[in-house]
Amino acid sequence: MREVPRWKRASGWIDLRGRREGGLAFLLMRLTGIGLVIYLFLHLYVLRLLAQGPEAWDAFIAMAKSPLFLALDGLLILGILYHALNGVRVTLLGLGIGVPHQARLFWGVMALTLLMTAIAAYAIFTIAG
Amino acid sequence: MPTWQLRLLRGRPGSSPRLETYRVELPAEAYLIDAVEKIWAEQDRSLLFRHACHHASCGACGVRVNGRERLMCITPLREFSPDGVIQVEPLRHFPWLGDLLVDVSPMMRRMAEVGFAIIRRDELTADRPLPEGIEQITRFEDCIECGLCLSACPVMAADEAYLGPATLAAIERMLAEPRGGDTARLLTLADDPHGAWRCHSAMECTAVCPSNVDPASAIGRLRRRLIVEKLRRWIGGGR
Repeated sequence: MREVPRWKRASGWIDLRGRREGGLAFLLMRLTGIGLVIYLFLHLYVLRLLAQGPEAWDAFIAMAKSPLFLALDGLLILGILYHALNGVRVTLLGLGIGVPHQARLFWGVMALTLLMTAIAAYAIFTIAG
Repeated sequence: MPTWQLRLLRGRPGSSPRLETYRVELPAEAYLIDAVEKIWAEQDRSLLFRHACHHASCGACGVRVNGRERLMCITPLREFSPDGVIQVEPLRHFPWLGDLLVDVSPMMRRMAEVGFAIIRRDELTADRPLPEGIEQITRFEDCIECGLCLSACPVMAADEAYLGPATLAAIERMLAEPRGGDTARLLTLADDPHGAWRCHSAMECTAVCPSNVDPASAIGRLRRRLIVEKLRRWIGGGR
């Protein structure tokens, strides 16, 4: 009998072959969750510049206003919005509420995420850009 | 008669699995199980696969067809194009025995632990007069223990101790109609870190279930029941 290695089992949730909206929502939830954890540590790492005085902080702010950095802000907002909105969806579904509508809820989450990200991106580039 | 091209995962434990292509002639009205049986009968008698009833009652012929969990006996060939390839692989998250065959005993042990009764009173005939000599009509529970939901569940990929959708749905069913069963033990089993709380609502279990058991909804009801039980204990001061 062949036992599947632990790493190979864990990679199973990345495999989207044959999956539907629920599987896609699960994968995006995990990827955005991992992304947000990485961002949290990057954020804390950057905040340490505050202890190095105004020059270090101002230099960072100047870099943070570059188009590439602003685009990364947009990506961050996309991840936060998806994770938060899908979190509400998953909470409801996890309690057995709205299960027959789970696919429509997913597309609703996606639409809201993209709409709110577009609004946020517009604000970021017009105010900070 | 159209010719169908099947790509089957072949191999035995200890060797690297490989995909092998077979061609079979069958009418479009045939089912995937007919094609696999024909390959076994006419081309390769060493092919391992499981089958029994041929009408979605036994749950034995579960595989992944083009990545999706299906029962071969109710997967009609007409769903596919004769120009394309039908890729058939064994279920995921079970020990692999070879070719399309997996060991479903881990799932069966979990179901046995629940004490899941396979029959219930038939609600469809509840209002009808019973035939002479018949005291009660019973029917099989919907779950045919095919394991498709376990294979489709991404949480099973990360946590092999997870009870899984079929077992949790069985617990919820038993709690709804205990028939003398030990409900406290079932609640403890479901409240385990690898129980109802481990589900991440990927909903794939319900999407692939061939018997409309809807394990995702059952897990939701089970969680509500666990929350109510915990609140009741806290308010009552018990543990």
